[in-house]
Parts: sequence; C-alpha cells; structure tokens
Amino acid sequence: MMPTPGAPAIRLTDIHKSFGPVRANRGASLEVMRGEIHALVGENGAGKSTLMRALSGMYAPDSGRMEVADADGILHEVTGWSTAEAIAAGVGMVHQHFMLVSTLTVAENLMLGAELTKDGALRVLDTARAAREVDALSQRTGLRVNALQRVSELSVGEAQRVEILKALYRGARTLILDEPTAVLSPPEVAELWQVLRHMRARGETIVLITHKLDEVMSISDTVTVMRHGRTTARLRTADTTPPEIAREMVGRDVVLATEMRQDAAMAGEGWAVARDGESVAPASDARSLGTSSFPLPALEVRVLAVGNARRTRAVDDVSFSISPGEILGVAGVEGNGQTELIEAIAGFRQVRSGSILLDHRDITHTAVRARGQAGLSHIPEDRHARGLVLDYSIAENLILGQQHRFARGGFLNTLDGDRIADNARRQIAAFDIRPNDPTLPARALSGGNQQKIVVAREMGRDFRVLLAAQPTRGVDVGAIEFIHAQLRGARDAGKAILLVSADLAEILALSDRVAVMYGGRFVVVLPRAQASESVLGPYMTGAEEAA
Amino acid sequence: MALSKSRKLLVLLAVLVVVHVVFLFVRPTGASAARSPSDVNVGIVFDLGGRGDKSFNDGAYVGGTRAERELGARVRFIEPGDGSDRESGLRLLAAEGMDLVIGVGFIFTDDLTQLAKDYPRTNFAGIDFAVATDPAGNPIAPPPNVAALKFREEQGSFLVGALAALESKTKKLGFVGGMDSPLIVKFEAGYRAGVKEVCPQCTVLVGYAGVTPEAFRNPGKGKELALSQYGQGADIIYHASGSTGLGVFEAARQTGHLAIGVDADQYAEAPGHVLTSMVKGVDEAVFDVIKLVKEHRFRGGIYQLGLAEHGVGYVYDAQNRGLIPDSVRSRLEALRGEIVAGRIYVPSTR
Amino acid sequence: MSSSGEVAREASIRSQTAPRSGAVWIRLEESLLPSLVALLVAAIVGDILIVVFGQSPGAVYRLLLEGTWGNSYGFGQVLYKATTLTFTGLAIAFALRAGLFNIGAESQLAAGGFAAATVGLALPPGLPWIATLPVYVAAAALGGGIVGGTAGVLKARFGAHEVITTIMLNFVVLALLSYLTAAHLNVPETLHTTEIRSGALPRFSDFFASFHGSAVNVVLLLAVLACAGAWWYLFHTRRGFELRAVGLQPEAAEYGGVRPGVVWTRAMAISGAIAGLGGLNFVLGYKHYYEEGFAGGAGFLGIAVALVGGTHPLGAALAALLFATISQGGLAVNALVPKQFVEVLQAVVIIAVAVSVPEVRRMIRAQRKRA
Repeated sequence: MMPTPGAPAIRLTDIHKSFGPVRANRGASLEVMRGEIHALVGENGAGKSTLMRALSGMYAPDSGRMEVADADGILHEVTGWSTAEAIAAGVGMVHQHFMLVSTLTVAENLMLGAELTKDGALRVLDTARAAREVDALSQRTGLRVNALQRVSELSVGEAQRVEILKALYRGARTLILDEPTAVLSPPEVAELWQVLRHMRARGETIVLITHKLDEVMSISDTVTVMRHGRTTARLRTADTTPPEIAREMVGRDVVLATEMRQDAAMAGEGWAVARDGESVAPASDARSLGTSSFPLPALEVRVLAVGNARRTRAVDDVSFSISPGEILGVAGVEGNGQTELIEAIAGFRQVRSGSILLDHRDITHTAVRARGQAGLSHIPEDRHARGLVLDYSIAENLILGQQHRFARGGFLNTLDGDRIADNARRQIAAFDIRPNDPTLPARALSGGNQQKIVVAREMGRDFRVLLAAQPTRGVDVGAIEFIHAQLRGARDAGKAILLVSADLAEILALSDRVAVMYGGRFVVVLPRAQASESVLGPYMTGAEEAA
Repeated sequence: MALSKSRKLLVLLAVLVVVHVVFLFVRPTGASAARSPSDVNVGIVFDLGGRGDKSFNDGAYVGGTRAERELGARVRFIEPGDGSDRESGLRLLAAEGMDLVIGVGFIFTDDLTQLAKDYPRTNFAGIDFAVATDPAGNPIAPPPNVAALKFREEQGSFLVGALAALESKTKKLGFVGGMDSPLIVKFEAGYRAGVKEVCPQCTVLVGYAGVTPEAFRNPGKGKELALSQYGQGADIIYHASGSTGLGVFEAARQTGHLAIGVDADQYAEAPGHVLTSMVKGVDEAVFDVIKLVKEHRFRGGIYQLGLAEHGVGYVYDAQNRGLIPDSVRSRLEALRGEIVAGRIYVPSTR
Repeated sequence: MSSSGEVAREASIRSQTAPRSGAVWIRLEESLLPSLVALLVAAIVGDILIVVFGQSPGAVYRLLLEGTWGNSYGFGQVLYKATTLTFTGLAIAFALRAGLFNIGAESQLAAGGFAAATVGLALPPGLPWIATLPVYVAAAALGGGIVGGTAGVLKARFGAHEVITTIMLNFVVLALLSYLTAAHLNVPETLHTTEIRSGALPRFSDFFASFHGSAVNVVLLLAVLACAGAWWYLFHTRRGFELRAVGLQPEAAEYGGVRPGVVWTRAMAISGAIAGLGGLNFVLGYKHYYEEGFAGGAGFLGIAVALVGGTHPLGAALAALLFATISQGGLAVNALVPKQFVEVLQAVVIIAVAVSVPEVRRMIRAQRKRA
C-alpha cells in the first residue's frame, strides 16, 4: 500500500451486499484518508453507489466491516446503521437525485428534520435564526446560496449546493458526492471543483463517485477503482494515467486505437480536439463536399416553434438540415429548448409553427409510429422514463416501438414469441448487452447496459435519421466507447444524426457541425473545425449572441 | 449476519401459524352454548339494511325475541351480505328444518315463492309480500305455505291525517312521498281521507321526491319539498319516504313546525317536532305469525293487517303526549272504532 | 492476453446467471410468502374478533368451511358469487394494467345486466339458450363497454381523471337505470322487470343434482373464458403489450408509437365490457329479470379482488373465490357472529395484502404518483 498523508477517515473491508439474485458488492474494500478528495470510479453497475449507500446508512451490508473515524480521528466499527446515525457520525451523502422540498426555502430545507424553534411552549420555528446560520455556513464554505429563496426557483447547480450545505449543516466531516457533475454545465462544474478544493483545504474528507476520468484527473488525490462489485485498484492520481484507470475499470487491455477514441470521448477538450481532428476528418470532407451536392437533406427543420408548460416558444424558430452521413451536434446548457426540439421531431410534442421534413416528406403532424416507419430512430434523453419500460424484459424492450413488426396479422395481433426471442438473442450478442438473459427486466441492468438496449433497438434496424439525445448520460466508459463507435459507424454508413448532449466533449468528439442552443434558438452553427470549448462557451451562457 | 428477507418472512409465517392454531382452541365461556330444543323453530332473514335500521328489520327482531321469551320459540336471524344472500339465507334456514321462515321486506317476494315450491312442508311468511295480480287485476294467491303479511297503511295514515287536521292552525297540511308508486299512494290517499274526515275545508299539499327508488334515499330533496310546503303555509307534514324523511324533520326543526314520522317511532329524529308516527306493527305481525305456527293454526294466504289487527297505528306515548290534547286523542280513538267497525271506508288509491 | 480476458468475462457472465436452478423456487417463495402472511394476519384478526364476540374461533371457522366448501349447495353459492366477482375483479385488474383505476365497475355491471335484460324482453319467448347467448353476451358487453368507454374518452379527450369520472358515472348510470326500470319496465310493487322468457341459462344443478337450489350457472364458464381471454390479450398480443406499457410508463409507450389516449379509451371500454358481462350471472343465470340494485357492492369488492389478485387474470379468479368464500361463509356463521364480522374480515384481507404484497404496494405508489 502506498503512503498516504493523514489518518484514515473511513475504512471499509470486504463488504458484501446482494439484492435478490444481483450481487452488487462482493468483497469491496475502501480506505479514505482525512482531508483528501477520493475518487471512487467504475463502470455503471460496478457497485459504487451501493457501497456508498451502505456507508451512509441507507442499506445494511450483508457482511463486511465498516469503520468510521470520530472527530478525534479514532476509528469505530459500525454495523448496519441508519442514515440518522451516519449523519450523527459525520458521514453525509449528496445523491444524484436531489432530496429537497421544492416549495420550501433553502433555509427551511436545511432545517428539515432538525428544526430550530423559539423558546416557549409553542415551539415556533425560528426561521430568521435558521437563515442567519445558513448564511454563516455559506460564507465559511464558499457555497453561495440565498437562504430565503425557494428551492423551486434554484438552478440545478444551486440545488446541488444546497444539498452539500445540508450535509455540512448537519456536521458532516466526510462528504460523499454521487456523480455530482452529471447535471452541471461546464462553468458550474468549475465552481463545484473550487468548492471541493476549499473544503479539502479546511480538512474535510470527500468521496467522489464518478465514471468520468477527466474529473478524476483534475480533482482527486486518490482513486479507488471498482469492477463487478469488487475494488480492483487503489491508485494515487498523480502517479496514474487515464488509460491505466480505464483498464482497471473495464478489466481488459484496451486496444490502442479504441483507447484513443475512448479518451477522446470521456476526457477534456485537449484530447477531444486532437483525437477528433483525425478521426472525423474523412467524413467531414465528404460532408463539406456534399452540402451542395446532396439535393435532399435527410432531415430538414424549417422555422420550427414549439411550446412547453412554461413558455410558448421553448423552441423559437429553429431551422437546420442534416445530410446523410452527417452528425449535427447541438450543444448548450440543459433547459434551453433541446428537449422540446427533440420531442417535436420525434412526434410527441405539438408543433406551434414551422415544419419537419424527413427525406423531403412532411412529417410535422404524423404520428410517432408513422415517423418510425418513415425511418426515424430516436435515442431519448431519459431512458428511465421514455427509452425503456423498466419492468419489461430485455426482449420486450428490444421491440418497443416496433411491436407491429413482431405481431402476426389478424384480429388478435398475437405477438410472435419466437421472433421476439430471436431478435433479442441477435441484438444482445451484437450490442454486448449484459447479463445476456433476455427475460431479465430492464430494471435489473446497469445504466450502461440499459442504454445499450435502447441503442440496439434504435440502431439495430433500418433507419435514415437518428435523434440521439444524451446518448451516453450516466453510462460507463466501456459503453460510451461502444455507443460512440456505433454513432460514427452509422454516420459513415450514410445516416443523418442529430446529437444533443450536455457533454461538450462528446459533441466535439462526434459532430461534423456544432450548433449551440440558447433560449430556444440556435445562436451559432459552426463547422467542427472552428468549434472548441472556448469558442462555444460564451454562446452557451448567452454571453454572446451571434449570427 | 442478517437473515435474508424471505427467511424472515418464513419465520414470521411460522409464528403466525402457531398463533392462529392456538386461537382455534380458544373457547370463551358460554360460547355457542347448545340451545334447548323447542317445538317452534323460526328463521328470520333481514333485508340488506340489517339490524339497526330503526324500522322493519328492528321491528322483526323485536317480534322474534318476544316470541322467544313468551312462546319459547327458538329464533335464528340471518343478515344477508348481498342480493343473492336473500334466497341463500332462506334456503339455509329451510334446509335446517325450521318450522317457519320469514323474509323481511317486499324484496323477498320472488325468493319466498321459489323456496315455497322447493320446501312445501315448511311454512313461510313475507313481510310486505308483493302479491302479483293477473291481467284482470285480481290478486294471485301466493303458494299455500306462504303467508303474505300486508299492512293497511292507508288506515294508519287516515288516523295521522285526522290528527294533523285537528292540530293544524293554518288549515294547510303537507305530505312528502318518496317514490311516486302505488305503495306510497296508499299512504297519501289514507292521509287525505283522514284530513277531509275531520276538516273538509283543509287543503293538503303533496310532493314526491322522485319516480325511482333513489327517492327513498334523498334527504336533501326531502328538506327542499318540506321547506316549500311550510313556506306555502302548511304547519304539519307527514312523510312516507324512507330516509328522505330525515330532510323533512330537518326542515321542521329549522322552521319550528311539526312533522309526522312513518314505519317506526321517529320521535328521536327531531324531538319536539315529531307530532307522532304512523307505525307498522312489524313486531306484532312477526309475533303473531310465530304464534299461529306454535298453535298449529298457520295458513298460507294474504293477511291484510289493519287497525283491527294492530297491524298499523300511531304513536301516543310519554314523549308526544304533551302535543296531543285529550279531546283530540278521544276523537282519534272514536275514528279508529268507526274504521274497525267498517263504518268508515278508507281508500287506498287516489 | 486478450483471449484469457475473454474467458474471464465469459466466466463472470456465467457466474451472474448461474443460480438459475434455485431461481424458480425463490421466485415462487417471494411471490407466495407475502400473500400467505397477509391471509394469516387476516385470519388472526378474525380470531380476535370471534373471541370478542364470545365465540370459539375453531368452531366458527369450521362452520364457515362446512357452509362453503363443505357441501355442494354452499360450494355452488361460492361459485355463483365468485362468478360476478371474477368479472368485476378482472375488469378492474384489466384497467389497472393500463394504469387506470376503474371505480365504476358497479355501474358497468348494472348497465351490462340491464342491456341484456332489455334485449331479453324484446326476444320472442322460448328460444334455446345456445342460440341467444351470443346476443346476450354482445348486449351485456356493449352496455358495460359504453359506460366504461365513456370514462376512457373523457380521460383521453379532456384529461378528466378516471377515478372522478367513473364515480360520477356510477351515480348517473345507476340513477338512469333506476328511472328506466321504475318508470317503464318494472312489475308493480317490485324493483324488477318482468321475466325474460327466452334463453335462460342452465344452472349447474341441471347437470349435477347435488347443486340443487344454488344459483351457479354456465356464466361461470364465461368468467373462466374471460380470464383466459384477458390473459392472452394482455400478455400475448401487440395491443396487450402496448396497454401494459402505457400502464407502466405512459411516456415510454408514447415513445414506442402508442397513443396513450387511444389505449385508455380501449382499455376502459374493454374493462367496462368485462364488468358488463358479469350482469349475465344475475340476469340470465339466476333471476331472469333485471332488478334494481343487483350489482350492489360487487364493484367495490371487485377492487379488492383485483388488488388481492395482483392484477393478474388468474389471480383475480382466485381472489374472487376467496372473497366469495368469505361472503358465503359469513352467511353460514351468521348464527354465531354478526354480519359485520365478514365485512371486517374482508377489509383486513385487503389491508394486509395491500401492505404486504410488493406488487400491490408498487402499484398503489404508481397510482398515487399519477394522481
């Protein structure tokens, strides 16, 4: 074991935890030192969150030893405790999905469960004092919040800050963050890193669950890698490289070319630009030649306006076209109309004005099913709500949207079980979906494998245009690599792809052209060669309005 | 090492089985003490409302328990859970070899007719048994082992009509009916006749809550009708409308007027505002039919129970005595005598 | 190097799928145990009640079993009651699979029975039941289907919550049927129509004398067919696939090219039609007339049947048998304990199942989220 400064704050030894037949942790061990930022990495389904939830008291492990240091640095063993006990012992966890009451203020949310009251029989809530305390804590930690604002009015980044504050407010000395950057824009990520460094400087311990290697490299001191429920390596960040971590995560040697693309996909701007320049060059050429020589763009959107619950013009007169063999990447901070744009093209959001043409056929008002038959595929941004029926089996999910093709004719429209099974076997093999039992419910799979089901279904059939919304969100490295390869392959096979992603690196790695969406409009559209994070950043925040 | 979830459940299951088995052997003192055999075994099946309806079913219960006390009869009661339980209850009792099986309510009519054929040696009785008529309008006799116990509601209504007219200061009276049907028209006709008998110049305001059985379960409508009639000058209202009448009492209480109840003594619904109630002697009828069986005098057929048979009457007791002067009381008793003697004919249709 | 990696991966995949042999037993255990625990809890609450009433639980339960499964008349009555409950329970389970809470089974049942009766009164007397049955089935399904479908259309077109609309339709439809019966069809001094003289369905007692007196009739076979049909539809047809997807995740179904509004309308119409078929049990199998209020309670008990049956067609049939047994058994033990005993017992079964069976819990949660 390598020398690490400080004494251990957390020591987990040989933790086992099963959920029915799924063995989430099978011998995981973790040692976190005081005052360090410790990255816990692994593919989705590797057991990171399970391990940390056991530590934070949400589940009792089936076996294993958990030790947590008290304020004096002495380790005490804990056995299957509750979240309340974990908080009392100074362990706080910030979940991926925020657990805030949206109608209450920031201060009220922080007090929840530990309410401050005025003296007297009535125990009136002392909101003023709570607000003062929140302000003081906010100053001390550098986590800027407005104590009196309602949570419903906060941005995602702010809400996350409130979650962190909530943990600190209750005396957390060890803070566990579960994939904190999944929902943040680049400036917000930078701000979060600053906060974490500030906390580390004050001697607090941070465990960061992530599967993004650029985050590991830029913020952590130590890395523990998990694979298949076990911890496989503990590395000093300064002494390791992304390929080494990736190898530990995936559990195999990664072929160099793949590795390079993988790096491009998951890493920061520097790699992305370098890699991408090479790999997309031929296609870019083809496209730049083709823009005028393809008389029929595969997908054409003309002055499209779409409303949502709050705004009448969430998409505000957007026009673009995508040619066969082209990927148009749409960058932008979430909530600027990307979702509405995709939903309108896919067919489940009413269009206010404008038109959508697929292979020059107007599909503006056709049904979802007809669009699918016309050659539209769609990887939706939220696979849990839209992309999958979680309680359906893998085989059933693999025919969702194409159920007609698997039904025998006739009045009853009986589904052909044999063909569904055949299809499942083929797709599971082709897209390496694991576990490979087609009868398992999609719910039982890891995020990456769930997404592979969606990708297999949408790309494993004949299509002309693909809408790919956040295709690798919450997906592990191996799956990202695989999905990116699929997207490139489809592009090279002459498909038109509209790629929407909050991950700028992904946009830059895959796109032939990049558009930035802000306030419902395409504020800029650039050829890939002219796009970079520094160029696009100002457009994304609305600092620059152009063209 | 924690137990797996299904192991825990298995343990829980075992514990529950043991607890249940232990319970099976619990025998509280006095449990199902064998009742002494009796020469009259009677089964009574209530209507869906069951015990506690303060009306027919309770009346039948009172009659049955009185028969147990005074005649030494053994009476079993059954409360049905749903519609098919009516026949099922009758059948269970008949199959047990009861000497007499009673169905409480007109709804038992078809079931009793059916059962009487299946069990020709068992005696049956139906409270408010609906006698079918042939196309010419003549009543069709029930099977020979069925006693159709019908009440002359018009006679009781006649007396409360006379009472209302004698008590009225405005010379205007009200009637609130439930569902507009021949059964309720009987009440209205008797009531009108009673009013006219003692006060030819009095007028009667009439309102019905509806034309469906729902009209017997609509207190809001009852209150509306009653308020309207009080508003037009009526000072006493007689209702024959099931729980719709609760609205009539509410209106009486609110406006400070009087109302007359029906079927059972309804004084408690609005103390001080219930002049009297036209009661049907379900308890008397049940007791009497059990007595007939005990004395081997039971005959099938249609029994019309009027004032003479104490089948109907009106409430005059400690609670409402203050509302009814002695002179009025004696006038009513005189009218009763006239009807029993057949000198006054009370109509049962409009 | 890479080939050994392959082998290792294969091995790990196999190890993930290895414990299959015991899986069947585990799955069975996991699905049966909670229900058994729930039923035992209900039985023990029953024990306590019986003791409170001053009786011996052993004696009461023995009497209950003797009066139901212990003699052919009682058993026939259980089957008769289970028939109606199977239809309403199946109807509600079917709608629940589409994510809809059909509170209106009672009025759909009544409408189905009324439609069958109206057709029956119009038919020339004396036709054999085999010839008229299809007509009656169509009428009953249509009657219930229109009522159910109305709620479906209101939801699909105007977003009106089906719980509200089906409750309101209960009032409207029952009042309307009551009016039609009372004003136009009824026999004086009764609440029922004149007798249907065509196509009365045979009772089981016509074939097996020991069922004599019991109302159980061939509609029971229709109920079994309905369960099988619903099962096939839900789990083996394209539309069933789409319907369940809408019930589980309407957004995902929409994504899959399904229009939830269409599915809701269709599901409510079918649900109503199934409930409507239940009307045949009383109208053609038992009394041969439509009677005001014959559907009383069957709609609400159907909710319990659907929940306890885990919204599965087979489960609904079994749960219907359970509730029919409790109901008929209550009559048998009525001499020892009051009717309320049965009502409490039914309620305890429902609560215990709702609390302890994970599927039911999840469904209730999903309902709440959607509502």
